[in-house]
Amino acid sequence: MSTHNSPNSDPQASQSQAGKTNLRNYGLVRWIDYRLPFVGFIEKDLIGYPEPKNLNYWWSFGSLAGITLLVMILSGIFLAMHYIPNTEMAFNSVESIMRDVNGGWLIRYIHMNGASLFFLVVYIHIFRGIYYGSYKSPRELLWIIGVVILLLMMATAFLGYVLPWGQMSFWGATVITNLFSAIPVIGTPITTWLWGGFGVGNPTLNRFFALHYLLPFVIIGVAMLHLLALRTHGSNNPLGIEVRSKADTIPFHPYYTVKDLFSLGVFAIVFAVLVFYMPNALGEPDNYKPANPLITPAHIVPEWYLLPFYAILRSIPSKLGGVLAMGGAIFMLFILPWLDRSRVRSCTFRPIYKVLFWVFVVDCLLLGYLGAKPPEGWYLIGSRLAAAWYFIHFLILTPLVGWFETPKPLPVSISLPVLPSTALPQEKH
Amino acid sequence: MQNAAKPIPAGPAQVPPQGAADQPDHSRRDFLTLATGAMTVVGVAAFVWPFINSMNPASDVLALSTTEVDLAPLKLGQALTVVWRGSPVFIRHRTPDEITAAAAVNLAELRDPETDAARVKKPQWLVMVGVCTHLGCVPLGQAPGDPKGEYGGWFCPCHGSQYDTAGRIRKGPAPQNLVIPPYVFETDTLIKIG
Ligand code: HEM
Ligand code: FES
Repeated sequence: MSTHNSPNSDPQASQSQAGKTNLRNYGLVRWIDYRLPFVGFIEKDLIGYPEPKNLNYWWSFGSLAGITLLVMILSGIFLAMHYIPNTEMAFNSVESIMRDVNGGWLIRYIHMNGASLFFLVVYIHIFRGIYYGSYKSPRELLWIIGVVILLLMMATAFLGYVLPWGQMSFWGATVITNLFSAIPVIGTPITTWLWGGFGVGNPTLNRFFALHYLLPFVIIGVAMLHLLALRTHGSNNPLGIEVRSKADTIPFHPYYTVKDLFSLGVFAIVFAVLVFYMPNALGEPDNYKPANPLITPAHIVPEWYLLPFYAILRSIPSKLGGVLAMGGAIFMLFILPWLDRSRVRSCTFRPIYKVLFWVFVVDCLLLGYLGAKPPEGWYLIGSRLAAAWYFIHFLILTPLVGWFETPKPLPVSISLPVLPSTALPQEKH
Repeated sequence: MQNAAKPIPAGPAQVPPQGAADQPDHSRRDFLTLATGAMTVVGVAAFVWPFINSMNPASDVLALSTTEVDLAPLKLGQALTVVWRGSPVFIRHRTPDEITAAAAVNLAELRDPETDAARVKKPQWLVMVGVCTHLGCVPLGQAPGDPKGEYGGWFCPCHGSQYDTAGRIRKGPAPQNLVIPPYVFETDTLIKIG
């Protein structure tokens, strides 16, 4: 094993401290740290924490996701100070946030577009994990906890989207809650229970607000578990091989704090362009019409980040079948660590799986495109094929490729990635 | 919790005997542990239920459950949408053609087989909940210009379910016919839904 779990005395960690002002020189800091090792925690787990030295920018998306979560919570709390969760007043309260509340438009546009960016960042984070095999032993639980976070995010975003009580809010809520009615026998009582009535109505809106406020804090808790699991075996890296010695690592601070800050800067620019120049580009104009339980809009579409799953739902011409396929799509992510039989993590050394990976990315994008189109004619045929490919990729190709693919020779270590003469044919586990 | 299952109170003079002699006691301890555990589960469940049940429809929601409708103004071929328990109810004054078409259908062709006669109290008045049995959208077909689908009834814009002139599912993902709400004719042209 490598050294990254060594305690405070890690010479590299103290090296990076040497010459700088040591917080421990202050009496008060020492007094507190003796009782509550906060500074010790920061030194050990943030500043001196040894990371593989070859992490690329795809490794920035984890910290971006964390920051976006905080942005969502902050902007959400300020929205909640003006928002009214009542069917008579919800729509107008959001309009009043937009027009009357000082800076309300900014806070709402940050929250609206922040949700989209949150998903963008997390999807990239997930694809990163697939490409570099970060879900493989010993990081299976880390991966599974991540998929749980994705599910919680979907729930949170769905609940939040209902709050402004526009046409899409109402009909999105109707369609999604009705998914539960596909469950045999207990389906209808469950939907009635979810609604607190005989359809989406005031009780529904009120409880959705309560849950929308709650779930982000649950996400924080689960994200802590995610980090705990991460720290147990450390970060994976673009080569997908284990850290072998100190020479393979660099301390998190300043190397990755700087790198992540740069990524944050780029991210903030994208965020600002969305919020200030195209705040409604990712939204649906129909949601600026107040909810009307008697008229379904001609075209119901979920937010873009749910479209691939929606396309899978609609590709199956049966109610229960569609719901199962949609759930199955996420279930594939849960079992991915066991579907992939290859012992090599990184696609850099997996010529066939790498191609399949990119085909899979295109397939997901295609599903997203088709999810926004009416389910008829070529669109329907296309979404059936794309949905079938999604499952074929996971259930057939992923296990099969791991079995017959010959990986390229792996480097001996992160420090010696380009010395083919010393390269080993297979990594030892 | 665990302490409760220990039969002997702690104290220097009463160190429990160890070894084989202790065996019979074990099954008694196991029983106590299990019984305590079972009671805990029952107790927790008894307290969880009121919280879960609080999310079911409240009395005031249940109280809003009847709607009266005067059918007299509806001319032949016209349709009316009323609200019952927050959901739309479709009422159609069917033409003789529509009635014959609905009655002539071979039940074997239907996904959710039901005769036309079983779905109406008086053949000219079709009364149904206007909520698609797929995922709950309101199908089109009430207004004169609406698409009515291939079977001349209703067409759901969400995922393309098609219903016939008796509101039976004929095509698309919906599993069941449009639901018939409970209703009674109070006079010849006045119905009470619910
Ligand atoms: C995981 C984090 C979160 C996500 C993904 C999220 C997502 C969303 C989305 C998609 C909307 C609809 C925006 C619109 O179209 O108008 C929304 C609205 C709302 N959210 Fe959040 N949210 C999160 C956290 C929070 C938190 C912590 C609060 C705090 C109480 C909050 C309060 C609100 C309120 C009051 C609204 C209604 C106002 C509006 O529609 O702009 N959100 N949320
Ligand atoms: S809700 Fe009507 S077809 Fe899906």
